[in-house]
Amino acid sequence: MEHIIKNGFVYCPQNGVDGEKMDICIKDGKIVEQVSSDANVIDADGKIVMPGGVDPHTHIAGAKVNVGRMYRPEDSKRDVEAGQSGGRAGSGFSVPSTFMTGQRYAQMGYTTAMEAAMPPLLARHTHEEFHDTPIIDHAAYPLFGNNWFVMQYLKDGDIDGCAAYTSWLLKATKGYTIKIVNPGGTEAWAWGGNVHGIHDPTPYFDIESFDIIRGLAEVNEMLGLPHAIHLHCNDLGHPGNFETTLASFDVPKGIKANPQTGSRDAVLYATHVQFHSYGGTSWRDVVSEAPTVADYINKNDHIVFDVGQVTLDETTTMTADGPMEFDLHSLNGLKWANCDVELETGSGLVPFIYAARAPVPALQWAVGIELFLLTKDAGKVCLTTDSPNAGPFTRYPRVISWLMSNKARKDLIDGELHKWAQRKSSVATLDREYSFLEIAQITRSTPAKVLGLSDTKGHLGVGADADVAIYNFNPETQDQSVDYRALESAMQHAAYVLKDGQIVVKDGTVTNPTLRGRSYWVDTSVDETIYNEVLANVEKTFKQYYSVNFANYPVQDEYLPHSAPVKGVMQ
Amino acid sequence: MITLTPKEQPEVPIEIDTITPDSLAGKSLDEIKNMPILHGNGQVPLAEFFEVEGDAGATAAETKILIDGDVSQTKRIGQGMTAGEITVKGSVNNYVGAEMEGGLITVEGNAKGWAGQNMRGGELEILGNAGDYVGSAYRGDWRGMSGGKITVHGDVKNEIAEYMNGGKMVIKGDVAIMPGIHMNNGVLIIEGNVIARTGGEMAGGTIVVKGIIDEFLAGFEYLGVEKDIEVEGEVIPGAFYKFRGDYAIKGAKGTVYAAVAGNAHIAP
Repeated sequence: MEHIIKNGFVYCPQNGVDGEKMDICIKDGKIVEQVSSDANVIDADGKIVMPGGVDPHTHIAGAKVNVGRMYRPEDSKRDVEAGQSGGRAGSGFSVPSTFMTGQRYAQMGYTTAMEAAMPPLLARHTHEEFHDTPIIDHAAYPLFGNNWFVMQYLKDGDIDGCAAYTSWLLKATKGYTIKIVNPGGTEAWAWGGNVHGIHDPTPYFDIESFDIIRGLAEVNEMLGLPHAIHLHCNDLGHPGNFETTLASFDVPKGIKANPQTGSRDAVLYATHVQFHSYGGTSWRDVVSEAPTVADYINKNDHIVFDVGQVTLDETTTMTADGPMEFDLHSLNGLKWANCDVELETGSGLVPFIYAARAPVPALQWAVGIELFLLTKDAGKVCLTTDSPNAGPFTRYPRVISWLMSNKARKDLIDGELHKWAQRKSSVATLDREYSFLEIAQITRSTPAKVLGLSDTKGHLGVGADADVAIYNFNPETQDQSVDYRALESAMQHAAYVLKDGQIVVKDGTVTNPTLRGRSYWVDTSVDETIYNEVLANVEKTFKQYYSVNFANYPVQDEYLPHSAPVKGVMQ
Repeated sequence: MITLTPKEQPEVPIEIDTITPDSLAGKSLDEIKNMPILHGNGQVPLAEFFEVEGDAGATAAETKILIDGDVSQTKRIGQGMTAGEITVKGSVNNYVGAEMEGGLITVEGNAKGWAGQNMRGGELEILGNAGDYVGSAYRGDWRGMSGGKITVHGDVKNEIAEYMNGGKMVIKGDVAIMPGIHMNNGVLIIEGNVIARTGGEMAGGTIVVKGIIDEFLAGFEYLGVEKDIEVEGEVIPGAFYKFRGDYAIKGAKGTVYAAVAGNAHIAP
């Protein structure tokens, strides 16, 4: 099947295309130089054309997401949608059901979304949910930062052993990257505590967050993984945590990026940095330290980050940072779910209401916007809401309207937003407005590059996957700075979305809900002798401590009908 | 007045939340007959299960609906209505008056579960018995009934007034367990007996029990005996033990009055 997308305003940062009117040709699911005269013509005259969106950090599949669905029936009731064009019905505002998740990403022009926290032991469940999440390409990030094997190898200084174990676990779970959440802290939570800062040792293993981050960053580059280590720093959400954040950012500095695929040059991907940029000592004297954090990012090139923008909604927080969720439950008194995953990690969930009129959510909103506006290079920042933690992913169009329109921000700040946003941050003094090219960067090319997927994702050059979003907004005749609501509406329901060369959304409605995306995972090879030694050790430990058999642990190939392995090679 | 005379009630329940004084106001008889209601997972016209007669008023407030018979397989009667009147001559299924904001619903028979769920205003009167969760919150939600008045003349079952945030509920008969669980505000008056766990984990609001409480919770502080108590402007005659709690919840300020007569076993 051939398509030609005619006369759109094309934004493709990777190829330096900034709103030029041009045609995009598609054949057999790829972007090509030209097509025959038989090609289906898609008229994009007066519309914006971008590569399909890439979400590098979201929570859409797996055990804790499902707990969110089960323990928040009131969230399901709030948002119910009938099936569309042969697709399945769904429900859930902050934690949508699988079918609705895939459909709503597609409606916004997103074609790739990454599940940011997968307990290795529960990998099968995650892949099963992916199987029911239509359209979008996806991958899951196994959790390594509180894993007993990782902590033991790193404590013993056995970096080769740690690398071999990591290689095996990525293969066994069909995982994509090294995810680190509150390193040492979630293990400490299993002992009823937490760690504070990067030099506070975790119980029993007696290893510091510093060693875990540094060791796993070295392993990441030894294995030549496509993505950088994906770090959720210690002390999330605590006033005064920006010092821990900056210290954590510094840990992998100096390690050389060594991706075997793609063109990433960062060695650290820091996630939802908004939650990690607070000054002060308590919720009384808390202030924004986003300018300090943004200044560090502007001066250093080893880091790419996402924001975790608060959207001022009622939502569901869910994270492998177990102790943080207990703190949150103590703060707002709402229902709390907690889960321990033997030997590996844990998690917690609490509903949260980010009310615009309340002081703390207003400040959190401001911190996120400051991070966006003060980071000079859109090649270092990705748009996320840490969905659903700071707000559901369905609010990305609204976040885009805040970034592109000073008036949108001013209307909110002068309107219902609590005065803390102005008093404790610099947000009201910032008048930068993102361009469409920069929006394409933070939602497309930057995440694709740091994920190691920029050969085929996040751009519209020849050879790229034909994932294309077309929005009904004319940058020549419409001014998004003034009419920001029209922009939000256009980005919420794309005029057309193509996935692998097939039309999946037309006029904002999903037309092809049975299409399934590919499952990325990382297939690395390491020195066989070390690998076998490590496996023998792992098997022994399984017999001693795990409640499942070693042989029953790895995810079988059958779980990935659209398997897309990405190669890494140990140096 | 619009009269709905039920034909045979189906085995699979029907849901008529689309049929309220608000939605009927200003409509012709033919339009009303063809209004969609839910039967299982499909839609059918109202006339499929009801004989429809009469005229709707111009506004919701001027519209009265009479359901002339037993509708024990019909759910969501008067859901979300803001004004007007509904009278049911028989018994109803779940969710009668759920999310209602105004107007009056009278059920002359019995109601099943979730009567007046998340009610915000208006009045719901049930002359027979009601089931579990009268005036409670939607499953999982921590924000329950916030206004209006529910009166049940008969008995009710478990967890009534769960997460109640405001309004008033009067139960003239007996109650099973956990009335006013997680209650935060509002008034619950029980004229009959309660089996156990009155006001479990309540943080605020007032519960008055005129009958006998078989078992009372340990998380309440005994404050002494009060006579002719005043609750939200209404004087309730008699002598009552007064308790504050449930201290299982930090900073709880709920009040439970239990009649002195018959409740000596729960006073310290």
